[in-house]
Amino acid sequence: MKGKKESKTVVQEAWIKELVLKNPAKYLLIDDIVSKHKNMEGSLLPILHDIQFEFGCVEDETKRYLANVLNLTRAEIQGIVSFYHDFANAPSPLPIIKLCGAEACQARGYRKLRDEIGVVANGRCQIETVYCLGLCSAGPSAMIGSDVHAQLNTEKLRHLIEAL
Amino acid sequence: MTRKISISDDALAIACGANKVAEAFRKLVPDAEIIRTSSWGMHWLEPLVEIDGQGFGPVSIRDVEAVISGTSDLSIGHIEEHPFLTKQNRLTFARAGKTQPLSLDDYEAMDGWMGYRAARKLGSDIIIEMILESGLRGRGGAGFPAGIKWRTVADTPGAQKYIVCNADEGDSGTFADRMLMEGDPYCLIEGMAIAGLAVGADKGFIYVRSEYPHAIAKLRTAIAHCANIVAPFDIEVRVGAGVYVCGEETSLLESLEGKRGEVRAKPPLPAIKGLFGRPTVVNNVLTLAAVPYILAHGARAYADYGMGRSRGTMPIQLAGNIKHGGLFETAFGISLGELVNDIGGGTASGKPIKAVQAGGPLGAYHPPAQFDLPFDYESFTKAGGLIGHGGIVVFDDSADMMAQARFAMEFCAAESCGKCTPCRLGSIRGLEIFDRMAKDADLKAKHRTDPVAALPQMHNAPKDRARTISSDLQLIRDLCDTMEYGSLCALGGFTPYPVMSAIKNWPEDFGG
Ligand code: SF4
Ligand code: FES
Repeated sequence: MKGKKESKTVVQEAWIKELVLKNPAKYLLIDDIVSKHKNMEGSLLPILHDIQFEFGCVEDETKRYLANVLNLTRAEIQGIVSFYHDFANAPSPLPIIKLCGAEACQARGYRKLRDEIGVVANGRCQIETVYCLGLCSAGPSAMIGSDVHAQLNTEKLRHLIEAL
Repeated sequence: MTRKISISDDALAIACGANKVAEAFRKLVPDAEIIRTSSWGMHWLEPLVEIDGQGFGPVSIRDVEAVISGTSDLSIGHIEEHPFLTKQNRLTFARAGKTQPLSLDDYEAMDGWMGYRAARKLGSDIIIEMILESGLRGRGGAGFPAGIKWRTVADTPGAQKYIVCNADEGDSGTFADRMLMEGDPYCLIEGMAIAGLAVGADKGFIYVRSEYPHAIAKLRTAIAHCANIVAPFDIEVRVGAGVYVCGEETSLLESLEGKRGEVRAKPPLPAIKGLFGRPTVVNNVLTLAAVPYILAHGARAYADYGMGRSRGTMPIQLAGNIKHGGLFETAFGISLGELVNDIGGGTASGKPIKAVQAGGPLGAYHPPAQFDLPFDYESFTKAGGLIGHGGIVVFDDSADMMAQARFAMEFCAAESCGKCTPCRLGSIRGLEIFDRMAKDADLKAKHRTDPVAALPQMHNAPKDRARTISSDLQLIRDLCDTMEYGSLCALGGFTPYPVMSAIKNWPEDFGG
């Protein structure tokens, strides 16, 4: 029994070393993020937010690494990452526009805007639907990074996309 | 004398161009003092510019010169005399438009910390008594009396207790939480600190949705600025991750603990076993922000507003296709029609109103025939709807109510936490039925065939019986019944409200 455990530890350390060697800067940064939040209660979401912000996603290798340092299973981490819309498994190759598709924006022309902008957006950006940005009296609205835009029409949104 | 030019730095004003307008003023009149205030809540006028009490809006960068030279026709006169404002009872939003969100001096000058100072002298029992007497109910949706929650937490033994502020304002058509957090963050902090004194908690969390980056930044700065005022009470801001159901109090707690935001079965109540298993007050932003007023001015002063068991004021949010959209705080009891027509000015498009959805994505669609409905918890429940977080979304006559009903199912499917079957699968089945019906309607229009001819469209159609629109609608009804009674939380349980109200009030939109 004891022998088994030890050999497992050795194997784990080997893959961690391999991972870190492949990209030392990345894992240093992750270590920083983890140690910054480690002492707070319920630290996993703040950690994942920072990782998503730094790398644009939480890749499988990162999940594996995190599971190890946080003493969780990979399934647990995967379950959490997949549950929350804000976390991605892979980085988006294109800039992301979060377009609000909720009712108040629907009442102000979201559906038409969404149909018309598809062609323009194609290849330039990725349009994601979010449900409400709290700008519901001035929709349709969108968020790019943390910049918010309201009273959109096809013309205005096209300008925003072209300026990306 | 340097001129003072006030422009809001609320996210909506910024989204409408307020930063650029402020910059333009700075360039044109370099010696003027540009003050970035909170928003008055008159959103159709944003960016709203105030010069010596006089308002101009909506101001774009092209208008800046005319505004300064006094030749602009955008003047709305003295802002505070605007009928949209004079018709309101602003208790929670008393400072909106008038103060700089992060200025401690401004806050202090307008009754800031008055409630907190009183609370420190009064002690736990009297604070809770006052909250009970004020009749304050949870403003987040369920309308549970805040004082009872506080009392439970205060009476539950525990070395560590928490105040959790639910700032996961996910309902479409709602933005009052966002406006309060961005425009008057100290008010929320003060409310939380009072709650802490009442129940014996020295730690608070504000769980804000990630869609509100401006509010998050403001709150963090505000907390740092006033840490010594509310000490030893300590507040942390936590950011959600784009999941609607985390606005449900128990899934919010799961998420705060760093887990999947799945809904917990109740009991145990969060008041007894909440965050990390400890006694926890979970209140919405508007609930906590109403507290300083009650402590500062007395329970009666608050309870004098309102009707029936809905006491005090409600910050109502007028949104969607409405001419005068924005924040309208008023005592409970005003009618729905007054809100959307007299105050909101009807639709922005100028077309007739077709439907009004009240209470967010899980609220019912109301036809103009129901416009005399008084805005309070009980009346809306009786009418098969809900006031939820006070959001009102107006649709003009171009709305397709089948598309809206379908969207309700789509939203539920997209946001279901997955814990119970009626919600997780029922919503998808509902979506399929609506799509099938839409396809049938298309086919009918194109080929003028009867529904029987469209049968092969449906893989599990009973071959011996024509599937008709009315049989599909019956299926939806049954499904809604299952969802309403078989779901653990409001997402699955209330999705039938928008769906059934649309079917009931606009049958013609469902191909009937
Ligand atoms: S109703 Fe839906 S969201 Fe609520 S607990 Fe059940 S599955 Fe989760
Ligand atoms: S519904 Fe689009 S911003 Fe609220």
